[in-house]
Amino acid sequence: METRELNCIVCPMGCPITVTLENGEVTSVTGNTCPRGEKYAKQEVVAPIRSVTSTVKVLGGEWPTVACKTKTEIPKGKIFEVMDALKGVSVDAPVNIGDVIIENVAGTNVNIIATSNVKAC
Amino acid sequence: MLNYDLVIIGGGPAGLAAAISAKDNGIDSILILERDKELGGILNQCIHNGFGLHTFKEELTGPEYAERFIKEVLGRKIEYKLNTMVMDLGKDKTVTAMNREDGLIQIKAKAVILAMGCRERSRGALNIPGFRPAGIYSAGTAQRLVNREGFMPGKEVVILGSGDIGLIMARRMTLEGAKVKVVAELMPYSGGLKRNIVQCLDDFGIPLKLRHTVVDIEGRDRVKAVTIAEVDENNKPIKGTEERYECDTLLLSCGLLPENELSRSAGVDLSPVTSGPIVNDSLETNIPGIFACGNVLHVHDLVDYVSKESTTAGENAAKYILSFNENDSPDRVVKINTENGVRYSVPAFVRPDKMADNLTVRFRVGNVYKNVNLCVYANDTLLQKLPKKIMAPGEMEQIILIKNKLNEVSDLNTITIKIEEA
Repeated sequence: METRELNCIVCPMGCPITVTLENGEVTSVTGNTCPRGEKYAKQEVVAPIRSVTSTVKVLGGEWPTVACKTKTEIPKGKIFEVMDALKGVSVDAPVNIGDVIIENVAGTNVNIIATSNVKAC
Repeated sequence: MLNYDLVIIGGGPAGLAAAISAKDNGIDSILILERDKELGGILNQCIHNGFGLHTFKEELTGPEYAERFIKEVLGRKIEYKLNTMVMDLGKDKTVTAMNREDGLIQIKAKAVILAMGCRERSRGALNIPGFRPAGIYSAGTAQRLVNREGFMPGKEVVILGSGDIGLIMARRMTLEGAKVKVVAELMPYSGGLKRNIVQCLDDFGIPLKLRHTVVDIEGRDRVKAVTIAEVDENNKPIKGTEERYECDTLLLSCGLLPENELSRSAGVDLSPVTSGPIVNDSLETNIPGIFACGNVLHVHDLVDYVSKESTTAGENAAKYILSFNENDSPDRVVKINTENGVRYSVPAFVRPDKMADNLTVRFRVGNVYKNVNLCVYANDTLLQKLPKKIMAPGEMEQIILIKNKLNEVSDLNTITIKIEEA
């Protein structure tokens, strides 16, 4: 039996969570104060996932960058591959929240979408 | 002279929520004054996610959260002026402001909402020894440079202070290819949220050194190295514990201070604990008709609470404008005392006759407390006892005061909020 101590990152409460595993299977989750914490803990010990937020260049906009994010979480181990994929990418203004900037980024089946509006200038 | 019922100083999350709420409570003549070139305030550079979990039940980035409120403001046709700096606020609620189109303008308001936010504690305020080279930034300045202006302030980074912006910037700089060598924190605990320690430092193997501070900065033109050392119980550096880190950048994330120059010039009483205005349950300052909300009032950890608080301020400013009568006798007020680790409360006073039926009181504690009771007394009568597993200075706490319960206590003269052993 293996136990893992985690700090939940789902919300600002940051509950301390204890997960026990047997042969790689989660057998118990304690310390969480909501169901989302349990879901996080089970995922975190088996295959951790994260959202990535960053920026890409904008051409002809009132700002030189636009904020963007992975639409959903991606495997934690893929964070830097996603960042590499964003390098050198530029979009033309105007850009609006929700616009798809990259489809299927770094083979994750997740799109990069814009999270800020940049007007053309 | 322009005339408006309500002038809101600041177009960030506090100002936006206050404007929406004032409009929805019957005020049509509203003007928001914003010094930047767009509405949304500091949220626009907070491109990380985690905003809006309480308000929208989903995780948004800063600009996405701001956009939801901006849409509501535009939809209600609330007036605003951008690139407009407020120069002065008078006791009589005359606002003096300046911008390129209008020049110097004066606006007479029936009510004013202070929503100017806060700013970061600077190197000057921290008294860090050493040279004064380029490469020393507040974490928020670095955030603006990276996320909005599109360039990196440095490649090898040391961060002093573990406030949330510092933690967020440790991750952001790392993602953009910089090497963040260490985060030093003077206190024995982090000033930031636990989730940020995990996903901004632990995820990237960035060490957090508690009870450490910067004792030297090297470099004449550009930062060359930063030396940190452990501190003793009096926060004095301990000889022999120095560690030198070669780097080109030092980021400071050492706390936020409400920005109250305008409040002060208007004669608004400020709290020495929060550096924000002292307000009653309607978030009104000592000057009738001047209200405050958001980070100018006290520094929040979550924007969701800023929005909630500011909604209340907008509602109360509307009530004031619609029902003000100078012949009304002054309200009965009762002070909220904070003791045993509770550092302050917002509001600091309540009006037992006029307060909301369920009044949210927000506060922070001065240390980490585990398994304690949070107690509320009216005079000497225990009204509420809430068991708390953990309370920490980095996180804002709140309790609800119930009007009926308070008014059941005869000769109510003080309310006390304090921490007691369980």
